[in-house]
Amino acid sequence: MTALSRRNFVALGASAMLATSFGARMAFARAATNRRFVFIIQRGAADGLHTVAPVGDPAYAGQRGALAEDFAAAPKLNDMFALHPAMKNILGLYGSKQALFLHAVASPYRDRSHFDGQNVLETGGTSAYQLKDGWLNRLLTLLPADDKAIALAATVPMALRGAVEVASYAPSGLPDASDDLMMRVSQMYQGDTQLHGIWEQATATRMLTSDLASDNGRNAAATGDLAAKMLAAENGSRIAMIETGGWDTHAGQKGRLAGQLNGLDQMVGALQKGLGPLWNDTVVLVATEFGRTVKVNGTQGTDHGTGSVAMLMGGAVNGGRVLADWPGLADAALYENRDLKPTLGLDTVIGSTLSAHFGLMPQTAARKLFPEVPLARPLQDLVRT
Amino acid sequence: MSDASIALNRFGLGARPGEDAGSDPRKWLAGQIAAFEPRPQAIAAQVPSTQIASELADFYERQRLLRLDNPKPRTRAAAPARPAPAQPAMAEGAAMQDMQAMQSAPAMHPGMQPAAKPLYQGEDAAMVARREARRQQQQAYVSMVSARALTAITSPTPFAERLVHFWANHFAVSADKLELVGLSGTMEFEAIRPHVMGKFGDMLNAVERHPAMLLYLDQAVSIGPNSPAAQRQRGKRGGLNENLAREIMELHTLGVRSVYTQADVTEFARAMTGFTVAGIGRARGSGDLGGEPGSFVFADRLHEPGTRTILGKQWSGEGEAQAAAVLDHLATHPATAKHIATKLARHFASDDPPAPLVARLEKAFLSSKGDLPTVYRALIASPECWAPKPAKFKSPWEWSISAMRALGTQQVQPNAVNGLMGQLGQPVWKPGSPAGWDDVAGAWAGPDAVMRRVEAAERMAQRTKNLIDARQRAAELFPEALSASTTQSIARAESPGQGLALMLVSPEFLRR
Repeated sequence: MTALSRRNFVALGASAMLATSFGARMAFARAATNRRFVFIIQRGAADGLHTVAPVGDPAYAGQRGALAEDFAAAPKLNDMFALHPAMKNILGLYGSKQALFLHAVASPYRDRSHFDGQNVLETGGTSAYQLKDGWLNRLLTLLPADDKAIALAATVPMALRGAVEVASYAPSGLPDASDDLMMRVSQMYQGDTQLHGIWEQATATRMLTSDLASDNGRNAAATGDLAAKMLAAENGSRIAMIETGGWDTHAGQKGRLAGQLNGLDQMVGALQKGLGPLWNDTVVLVATEFGRTVKVNGTQGTDHGTGSVAMLMGGAVNGGRVLADWPGLADAALYENRDLKPTLGLDTVIGSTLSAHFGLMPQTAARKLFPEVPLARPLQDLVRT
Repeated sequence: MSDASIALNRFGLGARPGEDAGSDPRKWLAGQIAAFEPRPQAIAAQVPSTQIASELADFYERQRLLRLDNPKPRTRAAAPARPAPAQPAMAEGAAMQDMQAMQSAPAMHPGMQPAAKPLYQGEDAAMVARREARRQQQQAYVSMVSARALTAITSPTPFAERLVHFWANHFAVSADKLELVGLSGTMEFEAIRPHVMGKFGDMLNAVERHPAMLLYLDQAVSIGPNSPAAQRQRGKRGGLNENLAREIMELHTLGVRSVYTQADVTEFARAMTGFTVAGIGRARGSGDLGGEPGSFVFADRLHEPGTRTILGKQWSGEGEAQAAAVLDHLATHPATAKHIATKLARHFASDDPPAPLVARLEKAFLSSKGDLPTVYRALIASPECWAPKPAKFKSPWEWSISAMRALGTQQVQPNAVNGLMGQLGQPVWKPGSPAGWDDVAGAWAGPDAVMRRVEAAERMAQRTKNLIDARQRAAELFPEALSASTTQSIARAESPGQGLALMLVSPEFLRR
């Protein structure tokens, strides 16, 4: 098999075939929009109150204690909110109306297990393990067949698992296998349904990235840069998911979170830079499985909570705003006496963003992406269309 | 797959050349329960947690002395206004003891190694000390990874070794923070291995008292808000941390979404206060707890006094006995039996554990009060584990160990296994989360992951210098289990080395 035909085979993979039989025109029309979407998942429950801090809330300083010190001189977003000082690129995006923060949001999940919470966040169900595939994979079934997705990880994360074949990639320290061995492996896997599909993806991805391995995606900026290259390539992906960990700040939160947010900021900065003019057609979503306790615990950290912040960034975002139906931080306002009370569904945020971004009917998108969640009124004007 | 092939590959870690499950594969497996060696030579040669901990304690002491030499301007946390004591930094009991230690100690106390030299301009003494400490801990880590691999590769009881890996992943710690780098492996060697063929409750009690677990899930710094230590630091916040208590219930025993509530977690966290580590526990106000650095101590002064209500029961015990009684209760709870039975069934039968098998294992666990060999015997006797089609996609660790066993590897180069596991996406003792690595194909059967195995297989095969005939080796390792397509691919390889690489990435070899 030649290089080119291998790639073409993947583009016409099982699910793509189905779509093209009746959706080719739609594919053409939609492909012309050229829209990009990146989902950066914060695994471990990121503290939204320590990212976009409600410094104007009268209860804020008292509840957050030493954690509030980080915001003493932090840039104000408006009368109510300030941004963590480590997020310099993102502050710039906010200034140019390309960053939008949605506060006091949560998925429908209300317990405090990371693993169940991430499952709900990624599958788009209302309880853990209710759905077997991810909302990002289901989004692909609504898009033209040419719109491929890639996970920046060695394996495919839950949000991208499902009926549509998805590639995964993380820079490898191993030398490339020889072409002859690759060809023989292809033959050996012919009769194995699972391995055949996996191998076709692997060889296709390798071709797109063989000259990118030198990027060494070990740090956040390099990963953002790598994702930008995947998204900018002519035959590349339109949708990417990047996994980040290290947000579970039970102890010593100030220093650890500053490092995490700096990494996230650099990743977004590298995405913007790497995408160049395509940035104008891009939306980056940053979201976490749940927030953290409002009060500081005994080890200068915070424990598992509920509401947190979600971020939308990109040239296609109608930003420069913080959207929140703010529940307040006074003791009486907290969820179960400990957490930021969620007032907005993360599913509503995601559904509204993606339907506007990709020109889908909001209700169709919501039913497909979050089939178990009761329909809510979509949020308007999150994205410039 | 034949029964022999299932015993060697699904229950074991892949055959070594010459290894034979005998005429009765079930008997071969059951025999490993008694034959298991908890402390084989390669593992006995590793440094114990107490030594790792005393190296860490030396590092912390050096850091502290350096801070005293070069005090940084400190911004005090928002505390209630009160008259400043004469010497604020020395007012607390712990700091007072530190001061005494400082005055009686020479600038460098015995046992502290001489400082290394800066590597680059601007590297100050604290950075040099940190780099040195990291190097020292990393060295111990790499050595333990090799010992774990060598033990698995050469073991005559591979089913028992698989169970060690299973339990280490069940009670996962992750060597990400400096204090866990060297300690993570010692937990498997000191708390898991001795109890793999014993009672689940004994393993649970050993793990939850091991310094690696106590530090990893922040238990060592958790302070009861009404404990003597908290009382002495009037005005400062209480220091309860519910991280370990939650994960014990969610991951180690009862299982998520089972029988406990948030209130149970918080109450259990209160009962657990006092569980800490000598020398390196670093709970505020704990002072000198006595004991060898790294050893478990129960510190009364950190413990939250009073009766606790957990799972609808009153726990009136005092001190360590209170949490110990809760742990014993959790160890034999029906929810725990179900949780453990499900995980074992998933590991040995299918990603989607068959309900009758789970029920049988659950019963064996409950009726024997968590006697693990009884559960293993039920596993071996269950037809669901002997389904002839390959049931599981191997994790990178399983694949690497079975590959090295297949090649007859006798030794490993110092950093080889550590490097390989990083490249394949499953660095040892670094799952990054207390839930451990996923045990389903979806976690491992990805395009990039398979590509990396192909790359690694080619490199491993090249090192055998064409000395192994892959046709004969494949037939020996997979008795009556090779497909025609694999046999043909190997037979048509252009060299013995390429044949071996194909064998290592064949569908039969990627699954078990």
